[in-house]
Amino acid sequence: MKVNYILNGEKKEFEIHPGEVLLDVLRRYGYKEIKGNCYMGTCGACAVLINGTPKTTCTTLAAQVNGAEITTIKGIGTINNPHPLQTAFVEKGAVQCGYCTPGAIISAYALLKKIPNPTEEDIKKALDGNLCRCTGYVQQIEAVKYAVKLLKGDDK
Amino acid sequence: MKELKYIGKNVDKIDAIALATGQPVFTDDVEFPNMLYVKFLYSPHAHAIIEDIDTMEAEKIPGVKLVLTYKNTPQVLHTTAGQGWPEPSPYDTCIFNKKVRFVGDRVAAVAAESEEIAEEALKQIKVKYEILSAVFDPEDAIKEGAPIIHDEPGIMGVYDAKRNLVAHLEVKAGDVQKGFTESDVVVENTFETHFAQHCPIETHAAISYLDDYGRLVIRTSTQVPFHVRRIVGQVIGIPVSKIRVVKPRIGGGFGAKQEIILEEVVAYVTLKTERPARAVFTREEEFISSRTRHPMKITVKIGARKDGIFNAISMYALSNTGAYGTHGLTVVSNVGSKTLPLYNKAPNVEFKADVAYTNLPIPGAYRGYGATQGYSALEQAVDMLAEKLGIDPLELRRKNHIKQGETSPIFRALGEGREGVTQYIQSNALDKLIESGAKEIGWFEKKGKKERHGSKIRGIGMAILMQGSGIPMVDMGAATIKLNEDGSFNVLYGGTDIGTGLDTVVAQIVAETLGIRPDQVIVYAADTDMTPFDKGAYASSGTFISGGAVYNAALKVREMLLEEAKEIFGEHDSKDFSLEDGKIISLKSDKSVTLSEIAYRTFYVKKHRQIMATNSFTSESSPPPFAAHFVEIEVDEETGVVTLIKYVAAVDCGKIINPELVRGQTIGALVNGIGYALTEEYKFSEKGKMINPSFMEYKIPSSRDIPEIKTILIETYDPTGPFGAKSVAEININGPIPAIGNAIHDAIEVRLHSSPYTPEKILRELKKI
Repeated sequence: MKVNYILNGEKKEFEIHPGEVLLDVLRRYGYKEIKGNCYMGTCGACAVLINGTPKTTCTTLAAQVNGAEITTIKGIGTINNPHPLQTAFVEKGAVQCGYCTPGAIISAYALLKKIPNPTEEDIKKALDGNLCRCTGYVQQIEAVKYAVKLLKGDDK
Repeated sequence: MKELKYIGKNVDKIDAIALATGQPVFTDDVEFPNMLYVKFLYSPHAHAIIEDIDTMEAEKIPGVKLVLTYKNTPQVLHTTAGQGWPEPSPYDTCIFNKKVRFVGDRVAAVAAESEEIAEEALKQIKVKYEILSAVFDPEDAIKEGAPIIHDEPGIMGVYDAKRNLVAHLEVKAGDVQKGFTESDVVVENTFETHFAQHCPIETHAAISYLDDYGRLVIRTSTQVPFHVRRIVGQVIGIPVSKIRVVKPRIGGGFGAKQEIILEEVVAYVTLKTERPARAVFTREEEFISSRTRHPMKITVKIGARKDGIFNAISMYALSNTGAYGTHGLTVVSNVGSKTLPLYNKAPNVEFKADVAYTNLPIPGAYRGYGATQGYSALEQAVDMLAEKLGIDPLELRRKNHIKQGETSPIFRALGEGREGVTQYIQSNALDKLIESGAKEIGWFEKKGKKERHGSKIRGIGMAILMQGSGIPMVDMGAATIKLNEDGSFNVLYGGTDIGTGLDTVVAQIVAETLGIRPDQVIVYAADTDMTPFDKGAYASSGTFISGGAVYNAALKVREMLLEEAKEIFGEHDSKDFSLEDGKIISLKSDKSVTLSEIAYRTFYVKKHRQIMATNSFTSESSPPPFAAHFVEIEVDEETGVVTLIKYVAAVDCGKIINPELVRGQTIGALVNGIGYALTEEYKFSEKGKMINPSFMEYKIPSSRDIPEIKTILIETYDPTGPFGAKSVAEININGPIPAIGNAIHDAIEVRLHSSPYTPEKILRELKKI
């Protein structure tokens, strides 16, 4: 069957098998920026924004979100044009192996859209679904706080 | 000394922006045309002989290309441990074995056009097992009459296979019996640590294919590219010259990827089919069939004089190495070698260990590598001794810990699975670490106060730690550095950045040595065709050994550049030059030449040479980093839940090359250690099956589980390392079990002798259940 998405701002049509999860479909079509393979929604590495809300693609049926607006990490910022959150993660030492990073930034991005001035608890709560085994989270949390500052600077 | 421009600075991790923007940099982020997908069939039995295996039905399924079992694969005994040659681990496994030794042992593999087809085919493989009795407890395993787990012919490197004894160690200095007799106070205690998994968020992944000329290429998520090449060659019977191993970015390793467990299978599939082959572990496979941490039962006895000076220490470790002996001997060696030298005041020291096979999942290398288990016991025993002596635990540690300029007989007596090397401590900030950590946690105000909030009682605890920096006289790394026309340099080295930031450290070392910016250093690693040898990422050796190799290569390049400059300046006898901002400046004449000009000159004008050099590094010592950990906790008497309030890690890793990276290593390790201390635990059915193989049921810390964490970095200078640096990767995983254990005792006067510290255990000790 066919599905349509607005993917990172572009209209896309994909051929899928019914029952296929979004993670497998998007990676098959080359969206390798989506990581993860727990297929239980437990690690958060495969998170994208679906209509603005962070979701794990490994537990989302591709057919179920037909027509949705999907944003991957590359829809937030790219290697030559990074989003302040990505810059903040780099500068604050929040990227070690980097495998969980796209998912964590997706969650942080959604948080800052909703709460532009989050508390530490807000940040911890937002990142709760994105497991990281390298950083111990402290520098990730600092990075989100720093991104808030960077974003305010952008607003000026 | 000249002020350092890039060493000691927070240079951004050079791969971070690629990772933060989701570039396709991991093993499984690339696809190859006509790739085969490999899936595995695992044993449902803890111990059985495969009487018969019938793959005919599976092979008939359209899309199935190849089914592998012990019958059609090379039966070459080897070790999966990615260690230097000759490996100190036993040769006790083949690519597929006729006997299965734990629930999750590999029985067969299917290579098919898709994962779905491969999975379907697995269901059609018919296996007839002769079920054998199994043994799960290492104490039972080494008793007379226990089922013999490895009775295959040709097995090598096992101490006594008939007794399931992979290794036995006895090391001593002085006379411990006499030492205990002459002590005023003696404490003896036994502590047990448990199975755990590394949980890299990227699971094991390997893809192989034939290159344009028919050579085998393996792209793999490994910590040890060169050992992969050697061992795959050994297992599938082709020379290393026919194999190229490429390490892309790695999504965490922590020791789990110091193993050869997928590479040899995909390689064999590619060899047989001439097609690309891919294998990626699911999370469940990662838990059950990759590698774990050696559980241990450790008895530690300390005798001291009234004034607190240790007179004798003995330690016995019984290690459970599961179904195969990978890293069995070396991990248990480190239980003693990385802990006992810390208390070198005791003239009488003894370390004994046994390593037992059982029918449980396979432990291997895991960050901390035996030191974690050793400190779990030793640092609680020291607290218990302090209590008995009536001396403050800090004071007791201060009196007994190793100091600068000192040594321990254990350094020489015990290495990694063999004799060690004599070494003297050349940098050690332990007293400052203890002092600053104690101040940060509020030790003297809070210790023993048992502050109560309803059912919750506060307590504080601490532990001191050391580790090493690489394996002395064993580990070698090498690097090549070459100059480009714009004054930039390529660094080709075999070191393996698995997320630690080693490539960035390397860029900083080269930039500092050659007077350029880190962004003018193009780092490439590791690729067995393109880069010189390096042992890989283990034993806290990245900065120290691989970084040391890069530093040595950079010094050679520096000499070559200076030769050119002398010729250009006509100052052949001068020694005073400065390298900065991409230029060489003569301090005598003030003449200068850019590195770019030198490159153009040597490439095109004088045409005499490529400025490039290769150099290696190996170390005669393994300088220990030191740490003092402090933790404040709260124990809920009603629920048994232990909550961390604050954790302080004070660390001496020598010269700090990159503070933000050091901090990341420190916090990452200790949070992993906190998970291990509190929640992470393998649960087994009575038949030996791990029953909680997912992040739902195996709880690793998330962002909401971490306490306030404070890192204190106290810089020292160790003359053996590049720019004075020691290691930092592993040491901080060793603190949480003893520090939290000591804090629990401070709060509720309960001593838990086994980890993890679950609510159930606390309530049982409090006689509430």
